[in-house]
Amino acid sequence: MNRYWFELKEGVLFSLKAIRVNKIRAMLTTLGIIIGICSVSLMSTAIKGMDKAFQEGISALGSDNIYVSKWPWFDDHEWWRIRRRPNITVQDFDKFQSLAKKPIAMAPTIISMCKLQYNDSYIESALITGTTAEYVKTTNFEFASGCFMTGIETDGARNVAVIGHDVSENLFKFVNPINQEIEMNGVKFKIVGVLKKMGSNLLGGFNPDNQVYIPLGSAYRYFVHRFRSIDIVVRAANTAMVKETAEEAEEVMRRVRSLKYNEENNFAVNQQEGLTSRFDKVVMVIKIVGFFITGLSLLVGAIGIMNIMFVSVKERTKEIGIRKAIGAKRRTILTQFLSEAALICLMGGLIGLGLAVLASIALDKVLPTSIQVDTILIAIFISLITGVVSGFIPAYSAAKMDPVDALRYE
Amino acid sequence: MNIITIENITRLYEVGSEEVRALDGVSLSIDKNEYVAIMGPSGSGKSTLMNILGCLDTPSTGSYLFKNVQVSDMSDNELAEIRNREIGFVFQTFNLLPRANALHNVELPLIYAGIHAAKRKSMAVDALTRVGLADRMHHKPNELSGGQRQRVAIARALVTQPAIILADEPTGNLDSKTGEDIMTLFSEIHNQGNTIILVTHEEYIAEHAARIIRLRDGLIERDESNPHSRRPGSYKASPSK
Repeated sequence: MNRYWFELKEGVLFSLKAIRVNKIRAMLTTLGIIIGICSVSLMSTAIKGMDKAFQEGISALGSDNIYVSKWPWFDDHEWWRIRRRPNITVQDFDKFQSLAKKPIAMAPTIISMCKLQYNDSYIESALITGTTAEYVKTTNFEFASGCFMTGIETDGARNVAVIGHDVSENLFKFVNPINQEIEMNGVKFKIVGVLKKMGSNLLGGFNPDNQVYIPLGSAYRYFVHRFRSIDIVVRAANTAMVKETAEEAEEVMRRVRSLKYNEENNFAVNQQEGLTSRFDKVVMVIKIVGFFITGLSLLVGAIGIMNIMFVSVKERTKEIGIRKAIGAKRRTILTQFLSEAALICLMGGLIGLGLAVLASIALDKVLPTSIQVDTILIAIFISLITGVVSGFIPAYSAAKMDPVDALRYE
Repeated sequence: MNIITIENITRLYEVGSEEVRALDGVSLSIDKNEYVAIMGPSGSGKSTLMNILGCLDTPSTGSYLFKNVQVSDMSDNELAEIRNREIGFVFQTFNLLPRANALHNVELPLIYAGIHAAKRKSMAVDALTRVGLADRMHHKPNELSGGQRQRVAIARALVTQPAIILADEPTGNLDSKTGEDIMTLFSEIHNQGNTIILVTHEEYIAEHAARIIRLRDGLIERDESNPHSRRPGSYKASPSK
């Protein structure tokens, strides 16, 4: 056992010497590995970041939600068949609400954009959602201060607003926003609640952080044309109930619309499942493309390593002869050259990782990225394996050299 | 006790389509604590014989008993084991690892033998001290003179306390004064009870040995004891004859 250990140690130490002698050569050789490892770790970090942003966005809204809308989110229909669909109106919602039994909460929503202003601070165009008091029960909102609009406020279409974290940060730097009045397209609204930071900024519209919530009636009065269609948000009791609740929502909506059995739905029941599967598809494509590119650069790197190891073996033929003469076995020589290849790759891998860490710090401003420990371990593992695989043939050719020939080599 | 017994050894090489008989039936035996010189002109097969005696190569036919163990059909790794434990090589071109210092060069066979670092170091220091290089241990080969390099090589050969020391033209790359110093060192090592096989084509180098085997065309031409084997220090500049 000792012997293996000593041989490995000797192999590694001597490899370090050999690499130190040929610093530039080793650097150039390992460039492919540097690029490969850098891109593989950035890739997995970016994908994780996107995933995280997506999950945060989803969970801020509640992942057990169903959305009854005029249009499907993912349009698999021919547009001309669905373009004449009727709007979903507030009256539709009222009927829906009285018929649907499974949801634990339901709310109508309507979306618009407007300019927000508070003294000198303003946001040129913020997303506003008009809704009812019950909307908050369909979300996982947490409040930094204040609370959501009350039923009295929403039913009376008062000029009150709940603002997201980013909106609050931008408009109110030094003042407590509660009870302050902001101007929305010139109309004054009183702030009654401020949300905690919920999601990331990846999914734009799905993120509550940069939104303003106001009563549905106020939205209709000031910002939205009365013929605009609303969306109905339906919250299932739990994840297991989502499917049932969605089925019931479809049935109820057909009754609301008085559709005959042979008529097609003239509305859509959207689920986040659809969103998730779309997202997963996109991620899958990114993954495949990314790992293909990464794999290619690692392959190029591996060929470079193999090439340089052949050179190294040739250069050191005499050394191999000497080592064999004084008792090195095949295994010993194999270990030595394998550890050299693995070390070169490991160094490349570490440099690549270092670059990836720097890049991810820069990238953090766009995506919530951070290199995870498992990414680091995988990168190190991949670089070691690349070294061992690409070094094997040269090392094996060194190991089976005839000592007499090797000693005679000049 | 015989350390080496070879019987009717041949070694054939294929050069293109031709077959070359480097050794054509050689038999000999070497006792413990012998000092043998193998002589012969180039092409006589002495390098081939040395490679076979040193377990670097195996004979085409014939038997080779090393300490009564048949080695002629051993595998590569088994031969490596024998070389590591039983044979110390000294080469004409020293064959030290250029990037390792003297101490590391001497330690190398001990690493392969699986000896612990502390013990390894003390053994290597002892061996270097024996060859008079205690103060040069941390020098790299290119910081040493030819004679010193050969002493490092001898220390490396001695450090495992091998059964035989095989020296192939050990003075070939040295000036005659340094060469004589090295031969003196060999005589001392022999006097300490070691078995030495010396391969040379120089008569005056061979004369240090107590027994001279002369090869010609792959055969032993003569195998005789050398009653005039010179004691250390009796070196004369001109070769006899």
